[in-house]
Amino acid sequence: MTMTVKQLEEKANDVRQDIIKMLEEAGSGHSAGPLDLAEIVTTLYFDIMKVDPKNPEWDERDYFFLSNGHTVPVQYAVMAERGYFDKKELMTLRKLGSRLQGHPERTKLPGLENTSGPLGSGLSQAAGVAYTLQHIDKQKHRFVYVVTGDGELDEGNIWEAMMFAGKYKLGQLIVFVDRNNIQIDGNTEDVMPLEDLAAKWKSFGWHVQEIDGHNVASIQDAASMARAIENKPSVIISHTIPGKGVDFMEYDYHWHGVPPNDEQAKKALHELRTLRGKISHEGEGI
Amino acid sequence: MSDFQLNPHYAADDVKQEPIRAGFGRGLVKAGEKDERVVALCADLTDSTQMSHFAEAFPGRFVEMGIAEQNLVTVASGMARAGKIPFTSSYAAFSPGRNWEQIRTTITLNQQPVKIVGSHAGVSVGPDGATHQMLEDIAIMRVLPNMVVVAPGDGIEAEKATQALAENDKPSYLRLAREKTPIFSTEHSPFEVGKAYVLRQGDDVTLMGTGTMTYQLLMLARLLEEKGVSAEVVHVPTIKPLDETTILESVRKTGRVVTAEEAQIAGGFGGTIAELLSEKAPMPILRLGMQDRFGESGAPNELFRHFNLTSDTMLPGVLEFIKKVPQYKPGF
Repeated sequence: MTMTVKQLEEKANDVRQDIIKMLEEAGSGHSAGPLDLAEIVTTLYFDIMKVDPKNPEWDERDYFFLSNGHTVPVQYAVMAERGYFDKKELMTLRKLGSRLQGHPERTKLPGLENTSGPLGSGLSQAAGVAYTLQHIDKQKHRFVYVVTGDGELDEGNIWEAMMFAGKYKLGQLIVFVDRNNIQIDGNTEDVMPLEDLAAKWKSFGWHVQEIDGHNVASIQDAASMARAIENKPSVIISHTIPGKGVDFMEYDYHWHGVPPNDEQAKKALHELRTLRGKISHEGEGI
Repeated sequence: MSDFQLNPHYAADDVKQEPIRAGFGRGLVKAGEKDERVVALCADLTDSTQMSHFAEAFPGRFVEMGIAEQNLVTVASGMARAGKIPFTSSYAAFSPGRNWEQIRTTITLNQQPVKIVGSHAGVSVGPDGATHQMLEDIAIMRVLPNMVVVAPGDGIEAEKATQALAENDKPSYLRLAREKTPIFSTEHSPFEVGKAYVLRQGDDVTLMGTGTMTYQLLMLARLLEEKGVSAEVVHVPTIKPLDETTILESVRKTGRVVTAEEAQIAGGFGGTIAELLSEKAPMPILRLGMQDRFGESGAPNELFRHFNLTSDTMLPGVLEFIKKVPQYKPGF
């Protein structure tokens, strides 16, 4: 699928609106992380990864592992936009009988590669696939993409996986860290400091890049560079703004784990549709 | 009569013995020969868990994970997603002892056919002491939906169980003991995941064992015979799914039940049987095993005696139970 940077940016904006509608309808869930991941996950599914929405188990596909499962609304929204399932189904998020569980369950929804929610385990699962592709099945043309949170990096399981991937030089493993600086109890550097984060990954044998996680061209470039680095796993520390796109949510860690109410959702959608009043949209006026 | 062929020399003083884990080592190599999807991952205990035989036979399919049990099972989950049949090994105290949540989320809820092999389970680890004597593994694994739990009775059965689990396409836990254990089965004895086996017929009591304890119950039945008690012995290598048919048929005949395990009776094998009986055939039950306490250092045979896990140390309690408790004949 070939899309311009502008088209990808617009798609990410559509995804943000989907997220707001889903969370409002669900009445529970996480707002900040899904919103700030819109560009990364959109660019992965629409531009970077080889996937076939009509054949999710395609044996030539790239893999996507969401390690911080609570941000799954962004993945559901992108998958629906990409054609894995009908967008109407997004409104079933977190409801009884839905395939869109509050935290992703692989066995419920075709296209999910893992079941996640408890933090710190997605990177290892992705590393298991990357190890298999590289060292056993010798399928060097396939890549394994991962999104982790930054608060998630508190987990010991992550550092075990970092050592493992470094030891086995998993060059097909590409990780985006959503560096939005927040977690439930506050800012990451107050709760459990992560810095110097780049130096930590580097010292574990990883190729490290740092980008603006809202810049589509940067995301594309960093992924290209990561694919070109064959003898090391790659991490792309992606600086993002939690709650990105909705003024009253941005930078505020209180929005980590709550959904917007009706009024807040209306306001958020208006902001997203009008790019904060910069353009008119659907008769909303400026 | 049971079609289970007992080793004719099982009761001899010089019965052949070998560690149950040795059978796992052989079985894994055979499973690897049969199916190239079988891969093996170990957390720095490759010789000790007997995974070394597989590592030598198939170096390209063996992964050294270092001392990182959380990563051990989650990487295995990923390898299963990529189409492999991963076996992970460590001491049971560490896997599944340390990494239970990862097993729950990424293997059982995620329904990946990872085989978790917990070696050195039970008090027979001996001198290493309580930290290394895993006694709660049966309880924490059998409570997981989708999980199969198998505790083979001897090395020959462990070899068969390993091969069977490689083919069952399900998350599975294989419980192994470190010490040499008498061989009571033969190459020709049946083994099927989910089956229990009547090893000896009797009328007065059903002695039901899993893992290393089945041999002790076979010997206990001989001691009971000398006291005029006719004991039936049922071997239950698969704790989940439980072979309710075989078990209920036996207990409805004998009306008394004794269970034995090298694990906590609470939530363990004894707990499993108590749950079944209370719902389907309420009757008296005596559960032998670890009685809500940890183990301690000592020689394995000393510890078995100390915790009443040998046939002769079991005998007084079982005799008292049989004497005290009337034989129950369920009306259903």
